[in-house]
Amino acid sequence: MTDINTLASQVRDIAAQIGVKKYDIYGSSVDETSVQVDRGEPKQVKASNRSSVTVRVWNGNNTVGITSTTDTNAQGLELALKTAAEASEFGATEHVPDFSPEATKPIENMETIRAPQAEVSTLIDRLVDLEKQLLEAHPAIASVPYNGLAQRDLDRFYLNSEGALRHEAHSVASVYLYSKTEQEGKKPRSAGAYKVNVGLDSLDVEGCLKEAAEKTISYLNYQKVKTGKYRVVFSPEAFLSLLNAFSNLYNAQSILDNRSLSKADSLGSAIASPLLSVFNDALHPENVTPSYFDGEGTPTRRVPLIEAGVLTGFLHSAGTAKRMNAQPTGHANMGAKVSVSPDFYHVFAASTPSDSYSLDTAENVILIDDLSALHAGVNALQGSFSLPFDGWLVNQGEKISVDSATIAGDIRELLKSIIYVEPEAEVTPGGVCPRIWVDGLSVTGE
Amino acid sequence: MPPTALLTKGLPKVSHHAPIDRFDETWRTPLSILLGLGRAAGADFIEFFLERTNYISCMAEDDAITSISPRLSTGAGVRVFRGKADCYVSTNDLSFNGLKAALEKGLSIMGLSLPGSNAYIPDINLELLRDYATRKNKEGWLADCSSMREMSDVLLAANDTLNRKASHVQSRRAAYFRDWQEVLVAASDGVFARDIRLTQSVGYSLLCADGDNRSSISQRVGGSSNPAFLRTWDYNATAEEVSEAAGTMMYADYVESGQYPIIMANSFGGVIFHEACGHLLETTQIERETTPFLKKKGQKIAHESLTAWDEGLSDGEFGTIDMDDEGMPAQRTLLIENGVLKNFLSDRAGSVRTGHPRTGSGRRQGYTYAAASRMRNTYIAPGDYSVEDLFASVDKGIYCKRMGGGSVGPTGEFNFGVEEAYLIENGKITKPLKGAILIGEATEIMNKISMCSKDVELAPGFCGSVSGSVYVTVGQPHIKVDSITVGGR
Repeated sequence: MTDINTLASQVRDIAAQIGVKKYDIYGSSVDETSVQVDRGEPKQVKASNRSSVTVRVWNGNNTVGITSTTDTNAQGLELALKTAAEASEFGATEHVPDFSPEATKPIENMETIRAPQAEVSTLIDRLVDLEKQLLEAHPAIASVPYNGLAQRDLDRFYLNSEGALRHEAHSVASVYLYSKTEQEGKKPRSAGAYKVNVGLDSLDVEGCLKEAAEKTISYLNYQKVKTGKYRVVFSPEAFLSLLNAFSNLYNAQSILDNRSLSKADSLGSAIASPLLSVFNDALHPENVTPSYFDGEGTPTRRVPLIEAGVLTGFLHSAGTAKRMNAQPTGHANMGAKVSVSPDFYHVFAASTPSDSYSLDTAENVILIDDLSALHAGVNALQGSFSLPFDGWLVNQGEKISVDSATIAGDIRELLKSIIYVEPEAEVTPGGVCPRIWVDGLSVTGE
Repeated sequence: MPPTALLTKGLPKVSHHAPIDRFDETWRTPLSILLGLGRAAGADFIEFFLERTNYISCMAEDDAITSISPRLSTGAGVRVFRGKADCYVSTNDLSFNGLKAALEKGLSIMGLSLPGSNAYIPDINLELLRDYATRKNKEGWLADCSSMREMSDVLLAANDTLNRKASHVQSRRAAYFRDWQEVLVAASDGVFARDIRLTQSVGYSLLCADGDNRSSISQRVGGSSNPAFLRTWDYNATAEEVSEAAGTMMYADYVESGQYPIIMANSFGGVIFHEACGHLLETTQIERETTPFLKKKGQKIAHESLTAWDEGLSDGEFGTIDMDDEGMPAQRTLLIENGVLKNFLSDRAGSVRTGHPRTGSGRRQGYTYAAASRMRNTYIAPGDYSVEDLFASVDKGIYCKRMGGGSVGPTGEFNFGVEEAYLIENGKITKPLKGAILIGEATEIMNKISMCSKDVELAPGFCGSVSGSVYVTVGQPHIKVDSITVGGR
């Protein structure tokens, strides 16, 4: 993509030519390579170098239009600006978006996080080796049907007609391994692991291999569980995925749209066990791919959402913050209607509990490793969920894999039924979180 | 036409001006030269996929238009095969040098390099442009679609209708999109084909609340190849259905989990077949050996009452295409006949790797994805029973009238949410139920679909998989499943 300063200059000239006085642009470019292998051979290698920009234009009546384009040369930008100007005639007349008041605020300690891209042959060799090791981890592991090793360089920028100009760059590498078993007289079982870091050198491929192998092997022996109410322990990834599915609880745009389980005056109310605290923090030290600003140029930050069970904060764009008399939080995505979405989570115990629990001594608890089909089994507007899961029935430290079961409940009841937040947190791609213990959840088995 | 006996040293002197705003015969020369370069480098097969899109979405929330969002895109992908292995490189740069750079990167990934300075570039004899856009008068489609003004007016009127028909309304949303796509495929086996696709849809959703009782119901309407889609949409009828369902489900009890016989409604009920069986008949699953139907062609895999099709030919349906994204004309593919597996769905790579013949099923979301075997319009064929026959056969079970989404895992386990369900007692619907999720395994469920009625209907949907999100149709008549696990409270 064109250099950002050149692009800013081009846009300024085009806007002046076509009579656009107020505009802003968010854009990104990606250079990525990914490989998959199949039984020791490369299966598919993908490479992509692409860019896109989204322009917003305010017209004389102060209504806004928007257009996205992948054509970032002068002609493409001109067409995008003209189309956005046309769309602005139909822009909302109430709650019209405006520049973020923080779009020009300096961001301190912003780092460019780059790692050198490895040769494709290196990626293939590495992944072939990982596949081989996973297949050798246990005789029952018959294939690694889903696998991938990818590296990506990402550039993001934001600029506006009042002089805001931000740019950040970082690299990301990721690996996933998903193995499947075959054993005579038994159902096929499968499990996987996923790791992410800045570059291939720092990527925990061995950890991914170990986790995939251990999980898959632990699923070999399985049994049905009786349908009933159980004490359930959520893995960090499972709890974060559930929390994210119900993020309308603290999403200011959802609240303003009447599509949330909370209301504007819900701040200060107890929505969870006093043991639980949840923050959203793109800049958390464990987040290997931090975003320093959002789609409106607002700097990201650490935002309290739930503190000791009390709802204490919402995620905001510039527009929702203005309407709710708050500060933007750096969670906006640029669009004709600006949306708000969570970033990296930090979940932790709000206090030292009077009782502590351990899987080594607990009896008949269900440890949920991974929740499936959240897009189908979560009704975020009603608060209910009914989800298949992978996990184990645990008795005094002995684990046996659970076959074909679902867990169901209401997120508001679940949050209040938390009985223990473990002190040790794990780092996952979506956030830092410990295991969370919840009482009385419905599990459907046999 | 490319000059004869073109050598690489002459390449810089060759002029390749092809317009980015139209894919036509002028692309023949640059593409055939690039394909020739790829073959000269040692690739077994090369394919270029060029794409231009003009997309717009418009959303009405309650009584205001809150978003109109156009998106313009151009890009290309080049796929390079060497034996059974392949790579895919995509770019936004449609200039000759941009495409050449993408090709060069693809070749280098496959361990090849562009030929030296005096190498002969083989002449790739592309077919006469097979232009479905021109043949089927699609050139004017974009101009004939609804204007931004018309989009706004229709969606606001639709939302107003919803407000009048529903009670305890908390929020109303109507979201329309129009996706216009022009594609050009050129491949080293001579394929040279162009098409224009037009897909439109409205997602209509209603959230109602009465104290702690809540219900949210959504419905999608959609079609392809009809510029007048939005202005002819009967939003009164859709609003009637959505309002009635939301009112009923607001006070529904949670379903009690357990094993039940179920009756699944026609139309979007077909998502069960799409997820539980359709995906497992794609050659991408055969390649990974993640389908239980791997070596079952010609064998009975389902109840003898079940026959199912996948096709791209039904007029105006969401998954209808004149050619797939590899330039192959769409087909009608018999998947299962009276319970016996007849065919798999295959794209080019799937055919190379598994030996199953291509079925015009190579599809992709856009130029950033390589094509893969994907479904189009997939449905269970009508059976011999009436809907009343199905209900009469159930003493205690669940009627799944409105399905939500679902997914299938690598071992064939699937799940589906049910938005609108009812308890069946002694063949009669007795009360609404919420929170149901259907859980099962593909190999088991297919043998439990014991009765099919005659009332096949189709419904639009989106399918996400290895080559991105594509437009599909699911469909079926009312069907009875003898027993399935229903997750609930």
